[in-house]
Amino acid sequence: MTALPETPLLETRGVWQRFGGLVANSDVSISVGRGEIVGLIGPNGAGKSTLFNLIAGVLPPTQGSIIFDGEDVTNLPAAERCQRGVGRTFQVVKSFETMTVIDNVIVGALIRNTVMRLARKKAYEVLEFCGLAARANVLASDLVPSEKRRLEVARALATEPKLLLLDEVLTGLTPVEAQTGVELVRKVRAAGVTVLMVEHVMEIVMPLVDRAIVLNLGKVLVEGKPTEVVRNPEVISAYLGDRHAVGA
Amino acid sequence: MTAETIIQSLASGLLMGLLYGLIAAGLALIFGLMDVVNFAHGEFLMIAMYATFFLFAFFAIDPLLAAPLVAAALFVFGAVVYLLVVRFAVRAKANAGMVQIFSTFGLAIVMRGLAQFFFTPDYRSVTHSWLGGKTVSVAGIFLPEPQLIGAMVSIAAFVALYFFINRTDFGRALEATREDAGAVALVGIDKNRVFALGWGLGAALVGLAGAIMAIFFYIYPDVGASFALIAYVTVALGGFGSVFGAFAGGIIVGLVEASTALILPPSLKSVGIYAVYLLVVFIRPRGLFGSM
Amino acid sequence: MDANFAQRRRRDLIMAFCLAVIAALVPLFVKDVYVQNIMVLTLMYAALSQSWNILSGYCGQISLGHALYFGLGAYTTALLFTKFGVLPWFGMLAGGAISALIAMALGYPCFRLRGHYFVIATIVIAEIALLLFQNWDWAGAALGIDIPVRGDSWLKFQFARSKLPYFYFALALACIAWFVTWWLEDSKWGYWWRAVKDNPDAAESLGVVVFNSKMGAAAVSAFLVAVGGSFYAQFVSYIDPESVMGFQFSLLMALPAVLGGIGTLWGPVLGAVILIPLTELTRSFVGGSGRGVDLIVYGTLIVAISLALPKGLVSVFSLFPWRKEAAR
Repeated sequence: MTALPETPLLETRGVWQRFGGLVANSDVSISVGRGEIVGLIGPNGAGKSTLFNLIAGVLPPTQGSIIFDGEDVTNLPAAERCQRGVGRTFQVVKSFETMTVIDNVIVGALIRNTVMRLARKKAYEVLEFCGLAARANVLASDLVPSEKRRLEVARALATEPKLLLLDEVLTGLTPVEAQTGVELVRKVRAAGVTVLMVEHVMEIVMPLVDRAIVLNLGKVLVEGKPTEVVRNPEVISAYLGDRHAVGA
Repeated sequence: MTAETIIQSLASGLLMGLLYGLIAAGLALIFGLMDVVNFAHGEFLMIAMYATFFLFAFFAIDPLLAAPLVAAALFVFGAVVYLLVVRFAVRAKANAGMVQIFSTFGLAIVMRGLAQFFFTPDYRSVTHSWLGGKTVSVAGIFLPEPQLIGAMVSIAAFVALYFFINRTDFGRALEATREDAGAVALVGIDKNRVFALGWGLGAALVGLAGAIMAIFFYIYPDVGASFALIAYVTVALGGFGSVFGAFAGGIIVGLVEASTALILPPSLKSVGIYAVYLLVVFIRPRGLFGSM
Repeated sequence: MDANFAQRRRRDLIMAFCLAVIAALVPLFVKDVYVQNIMVLTLMYAALSQSWNILSGYCGQISLGHALYFGLGAYTTALLFTKFGVLPWFGMLAGGAISALIAMALGYPCFRLRGHYFVIATIVIAEIALLLFQNWDWAGAALGIDIPVRGDSWLKFQFARSKLPYFYFALALACIAWFVTWWLEDSKWGYWWRAVKDNPDAAESLGVVVFNSKMGAAAVSAFLVAVGGSFYAQFVSYIDPESVMGFQFSLLMALPAVLGGIGTLWGPVLGAVILIPLTELTRSFVGGSGRGVDLIVYGTLIVAISLALPKGLVSVFSLFPWRKEAAR
């Protein structure tokens, strides 16, 4: 394991998000170190997606601040965070449906490569890396769901992020597809990219992540090594409570 | 400008506004049901006006009596348009929004062409009717009877629509289909049937409006165009898809038009309506009563 | 694969060049003024539609108010010439610049609107401009402006006797609009626009500044359309608000692209080449009596094509394997 450097890559400090009367995040302070794979988990409605959107810059938090790479990015819009090195995927895939796979990735590559030829080259490299090269000239709308997930990752990687935010990229895949997904995430980290991934299903992510942060009811419940977290009684009851609620 | 002229203008504006609301109601209903803007809406109005005119010219039926007949005829027409054109437009796999706009636009052009072909471009009018040209005086304000009756018909139509949507099985099916067309299919409601009836109902409403308008407006192939834009603005102002937003939108449009005519030359009276539309959507991008 | 792409781009360019050369030679064989007139209009609408396509097709912001920019171009040129004696060539650039600026000024509030709210806003803004011009006495109000024609002159870009100079200018305009589109298609802007059209949220997450993209598309689109308007003013030498700013122009500009294939490089050209001659011919053969047959034919065509070929006429060509990508 690599030792954590002094300054984390990402930090949220006392972040709150309210929607009218609803509190989606209350006083969330987390940090993600450089080179880590961190899992953000929790039952449905725990506020994972909201926190994710706050980090990606979809909306500013009601209160609190977000520090990325030593800089306060709290009020920066999504596009500028991408410029600074935050890449993301969407839980509900948002491919550019009328564009080909390669063109989808070129959109991402353009932020670091202003010359078209280089952006195109970069996009091909990323597709190769993600195992999508064979599908380069297919329309995004013609991809199967697992390929669309992979395209999301490829597009985000093309922006050369320091931090990659993965929103439930492994959920809903077959075991084989999930396994290739896990390998892709490991490869991404090996390439020097820090990963923060939201997952609902613990079984998939626990073997993959270095550290897990569990959110429940908008708050950080526990964080620590995956092996510790899964045995934590509070986590178990949060998840069981969730399952009961789903069953009811 | 005296207080009387102002009140007089606003009163006529209000009456006209209620009619605008009635014209727009069908547009709002159809949009709310299936997210389709009927760009041939003005031509529906034109057809209704011609139908009223011919019932008058050939059978000496007064527009007031003709109104239910015209509404019934337009109901059939609306349903047929859905079944022949719109049904296919909403199925388009690519550029759905574009297909939907331009197929109804194309239909509008065809309808105008057909009207020119069969009815000639001449201006027609219902030369004498029970209400035409008459006014009533209320506390010193003169109100033209056709507009007054039109406003009452409009209010009655909206009340009826309210009960229809909330109290009848078909109304509930309509409401359910607009909420979730997919789920509705599961409980055995035929989506196409509901949509066709929705188009029929929307057209019937504009038919009612057309019959009233025929009393005091010239009838010619392009007449719809002048009202269509007002109808779109009315619907958008209220918030797309909200039928009762259209009612409120209509009143606002009527009043704004009348007040603009007080300040600016009459040729610029529409500028007020358009400006208010822009002002509203710049502040509330989904109209006054539109849900986000 | 990369080679494939470059090859396709080159083939488009060569094809456009060949078509332009062929078009340039046509007047040598076709001397009929009536036919030449139709050719001028076809080229003009190809250029206008190509320009409209940049904002509405590539960037997905459907404008049905582009008559505003067409009218602004026409009026700027005509007013500068008749009031101040400024040559139309400068008027053309001035009209383009003014339109681009106005497009951005209007885009500032309008680009927050989505879907039908945006479409209606574009119609309404053009209508307001139309009404204002109809009441603007200095600009000739509803009567419009008569541009005095004092014989043939390239300097003043007016030709009383021959339509040929207009033809070549319209051809140049169509080529420029096509080339600008071709060039932008494989540029940062081209990719950004298509991304914005398909999914603005995802685009934003990839560093695309959605608002700026829309503004850029609006400016380019308005500039080119205004140049077309300037040309039209010189071509007909008489303009009035309804004839250059009326809603029908917004529609006529959109239709070739829609029918040919919206958001494609060749759609507007193909649409204009089919639609404009057909309209003009039906109008003169069957519509002369004002009986509306031309409208019936035209309208039926629009309904039929938009229902049968939602991707436009270019999608027919995608049956050939080598054009598959072009007809997206």
